[in-house]
Amino acid sequence: MTAAAVHVRDLRKHYGAKRAVDGLDLTVHPGEIFAVLGPNGAGKTTTVEILEGHRRRDGGEVRVLGEDPGAAGRAWRSRIGVVLQSTDDHAELTVRELVHHFARYYPDPRDPDEVVAAVGLTDKARTRTRQLSGGQRRRLDVALGIVGQPELLFLDEPTTGFDPEARLMFWDLIAGLRDGGTTILLTTHYLDEAEHLADRCAVVRDGRVVALDVPARLGDRAQRDAVVRWREGGDAREERTATPTAFVTALAYRLGGEVPDLEVRRPTLEEVYLALIGETDGAGVAGTAGAAPPTGATADGPVREPLGAAGTPAATTPSAPSLETSR
Amino acid sequence: MSTPTTTPVTREPAAAPRGTPARSGRLPSTLAVSLARTRTETVGFFRERDAVIFIFAYPVIMLAIFATVFGQDGARVGPEPGVPFGQYFLPGMVATGVLLSSFQNLAISIAVERDEGGLKRLRGTPMPPLAYFLGKVGLVLVVSLVQVGLLLAVAAGLFGIDLPTDPGRWWTFAWVFALGTAAGAVCGVAFSSLPRSGRSASAVVTPVVIVLQFVSGVFFAYGELPSWMQQVASIFPLKWMAQGMRSVFLPEQAVVMEPSGSWEHLGIAAVLTAYLLVGLVVGIRTFRWRRRDDG
Repeated sequence: MTAAAVHVRDLRKHYGAKRAVDGLDLTVHPGEIFAVLGPNGAGKTTTVEILEGHRRRDGGEVRVLGEDPGAAGRAWRSRIGVVLQSTDDHAELTVRELVHHFARYYPDPRDPDEVVAAVGLTDKARTRTRQLSGGQRRRLDVALGIVGQPELLFLDEPTTGFDPEARLMFWDLIAGLRDGGTTILLTTHYLDEAEHLADRCAVVRDGRVVALDVPARLGDRAQRDAVVRWREGGDAREERTATPTAFVTALAYRLGGEVPDLEVRRPTLEEVYLALIGETDGAGVAGTAGAAPPTGATADGPVREPLGAAGTPAATTPSAPSLETSR
Repeated sequence: MSTPTTTPVTREPAAAPRGTPARSGRLPSTLAVSLARTRTETVGFFRERDAVIFIFAYPVIMLAIFATVFGQDGARVGPEPGVPFGQYFLPGMVATGVLLSSFQNLAISIAVERDEGGLKRLRGTPMPPLAYFLGKVGLVLVVSLVQVGLLLAVAAGLFGIDLPTDPGRWWTFAWVFALGTAAGAVCGVAFSSLPRSGRSASAVVTPVVIVLQFVSGVFFAYGELPSWMQQVASIFPLKWMAQGMRSVFLPEQAVVMEPSGSWEHLGIAAVLTAYLLVGLVVGIRTFRWRRRDDG
């Protein structure tokens, strides 16, 4: 195994009495997309900005591409790419001018025109940035972040304010970068984004990582009981079970064929996530309809659920759960 | 019955990420990046029409108004033979122009860039911080040279003001201009941290500049200002810059209109240098790449 792209142990940062980051650990492997999920104020952005060298930490061990970001110089900065939250600087320059200009900061830049094409802005190459739409502006931000050919790319809430189509295009772009060998550390509060893009994700709460896994297994999601719902004799029925396949087979046999209104679902990532960041400390999925409490069910093998909703009977899953509440 | 497909969709981290291409290239030199910054800054500046019109037209328009209003019927300033009003106001407008294109320009534009996140973005790149400031120096040089050229051309062409021919006077012009521009630029960098947002930057910076113009003898004959106002003005660099420019553009005998009876070149050099050094120290110590509310 190659050295970790990002290695963080016991990271601490406080603002006055508030502990924004309080003993956070994480490791990002080379070549993966790593998502950091968490509510506003959980410490995501503070953490990422420490990793980017924008902020000083108060304690803990941090290595990004083998160096301490607090002390790293230009050579290190040329190996990372940073896409911050909303910016609207350099409004009077065109897309092309700006990407060409930023390329001049780096020792081995990508071809700026190819980068403009890769983010789908060739049509807008001669447009001043102040005339770009929000989604185009964000793609320009990514272009500026990757023009230096970074080994590690930081994306801070990259698709906030995107329409669904723009998000899909953006996700393809990011997945393409990963496939090209770029390590990506992404913060987001969109669960479907983490589910779609991330190889692994960490949930941060109160400045600490409270869960870390591949999205499908986050918070022991796959091990939680499934809920089977059906209609029998005019009544809605519901059963929690660790073995839904056996249960449904028996049910079908008992009812002699097609089970009316059959629905089998496991807790969605959103439900698991809400439990993880909730007051209940992950002990239960509080207040979320259809969620199974973790009853210590035995895992029957490595259950892996499809990430998307396609083919899953759980059609009630919200398609784009956004957890942003205070903006 | 449709069971969920069991396709494993978990992506393992790429076992052997395609290695990033060999990094043979060297970091670009600070000089090369500074020149690139100067170019980008200048292009951006000249495209921002409002700022361009204000910074370039303001001194010219003020000169035109004051020369026309006060200079009616060939009125002159000072004891016989006196100086035409247009000529008398020209040095003050040159000094104002320097202040606008250095101090006001940088104080507002850096505050806006900080607010918009542009500075933070630059800090995340391998751009050397020095190159950012050298780029600003380049911008200020270009802007102030264009501006003073425009002002002198209008003064000579439209108002028939005689410009000096003596090389010694142009030498004085050169050092007052250079020192004034440098001091104004570093003070602009330092002052840019005061406005709380980019939007409020003009509202904070412009009044400072306007008040300085009134008390520093740009709009009035300096010698006729109340002496307390002269003392207040002496604390600030605009008074000294305007005085230096008067020694360039006014006839020698006009020195009798100076309250001190001298052009005080040494004093001018000392005050502007002091502002340059203090501005530099304060600017370096207070400069922020992030917004104030950004931790």
